[in-house]
Amino acid sequence: MIRVENLKKSFGDHEVLKDITVSIAEKEVVVVIGPSGSGKSTFLRCLNRLEEITSGHVYINGMDIADPKVNINKIREDVGMVFQLFNLFPHKSVLENIMLAPMKVKKVSKEVAEEKALRLLEKVGLKDKANVYPESLSGGQKQRVAIARALAMEPKVMLFDEPTSALDPEMVGEVLEVMKELAQEGMTMVVVTHEMGFAREVGDRVLFMDGGYIVEENKPELLFGNPQHERTKAFLSKVL
Amino acid sequence: MDFRFDLIANYAPFFLKGTLLTIGFSVASIILGTILGLLIGLGEMMRNKKLAAPFRVYVTLFRGTPLLVQIMIIHFGFVPLFIGETNVYISGIAALSLNSAAYVAEIFRAGIQSLDRGQMEAARSLGMTHVQAMQHVIIPQAFKRMIPALGNEFIVLIKDSSLVSVIAAPELMYWGNAMQGQYYRPWEPYLTTAFIYLILTMVCDFLLRKLERRLATE
Ligand SMILES: Nc1ncnc2c1ncn2[C@@H]1O[C@H](COP(=O)(O)OP(=O)(O)O)[C@@H](O)[C@H]1O
Ligand SMILES: [Mg+2]
Repeated sequence: MIRVENLKKSFGDHEVLKDITVSIAEKEVVVVIGPSGSGKSTFLRCLNRLEEITSGHVYINGMDIADPKVNINKIREDVGMVFQLFNLFPHKSVLENIMLAPMKVKKVSKEVAEEKALRLLEKVGLKDKANVYPESLSGGQKQRVAIARALAMEPKVMLFDEPTSALDPEMVGEVLEVMKELAQEGMTMVVVTHEMGFAREVGDRVLFMDGGYIVEENKPELLFGNPQHERTKAFLSKVL
Repeated sequence: MDFRFDLIANYAPFFLKGTLLTIGFSVASIILGTILGLLIGLGEMMRNKKLAAPFRVYVTLFRGTPLLVQIMIIHFGFVPLFIGETNVYISGIAALSLNSAAYVAEIFRAGIQSLDRGQMEAARSLGMTHVQAMQHVIIPQAFKRMIPALGNEFIVLIKDSSLVSVIAAPELMYWGNAMQGQYYRPWEPYLTTAFIYLILTMVCDFLLRKLERRLATE
């Protein structure tokens, strides 16, 4: 599904991703953890080329998105992304937020897009908020709308960049619940998070990143229970 | 000092004609200047620096030189060059629109750059092209933020349209000058002229505030 080979990313002469090689299988839920500034967001953003790839390859369904000739818009239809700060469109209602991309990108009719949007809102438990504007929603509700918006494009993979980090603690659960449900339905997911409970319960694999490398990867119970590297141990002792 | 309302009454038909032409110059230049300004603003923001350069040069030239000089150059230089004769209406509208476009471009650029980068990223992550994201996500939001600055620019433009009196375009200021020349009295012509400009800018301000309120409640 996703294959990353020798991915490097620099901002100017600051090399942020130093040499990343990793594969992610269909229906796999991969959780990425690591200290702040270790390159987790940058790694995730290279998977849909929100960041230009400095060198190496990122294959999504066999297509190398590092190749400048590839139609990146077409590939992004299959790669949904959820941001830490939601990034909902404030000038559009909740329903319009969800309908916009299917109508403009996939040329789906208004009726079909609306029906789909309502179904997705029901799925994330916000059907009654269809016609309000994002500013009147709580953080947890905003993030659930953002998930519904990404799902409306029927992606094959979902990328989550710290989806609960900007939320008040009492709202974290409702968002994680939606994500868990998605994982159970077989969605391929790459999730950057500090929620170690979620990583243990839902993750098939955990990647620990530090200093632009994937230092260690393993099944959650092994990575948390028996970390091999000093840096992993040091990080886990701080967050667990 | 005796203030001669009867002289103003005599001149009323000319002031009316002049006011209509001032409104015509202003409305035409606001529309053309805004459209042109949006395009120039987009041009300035192109990622390819070489393609963006001519648009930046345009803005620098029109913001960096006096409107009065631009009017002269356009009226005596460019308009005869293109149409073979002078024409105060074309010169007036061209100078005011081209000048205003430079300011609108900067307002537009500031409006877009004040938006959070996450808006563009969210749109692109959904598979939208750059153009689709601009059209459906960025520009509508930027436009809302631009309205106060844009309104200010419109008011400046109404007042600056008085400068085209120097090429004898028979607008409001032109008739104010004409009346002063006829009666050799400073107060009646210029206070009347000032009063009419004030009405025009106040109406413009009122309409913009209404629009702003409507967009805010949307
Ligand atoms: N657009 C950018 N320009 C320059 N440096 C950046 C940019 N984005 C991220 N960085 C740098 O890259 C490093 C990794 O950032 P990031 O991927 O956001 O880490 P994390 O998500 O793990 O906290 C940081 O040192 C950060 O300052
Ligand atoms: Mg991050």
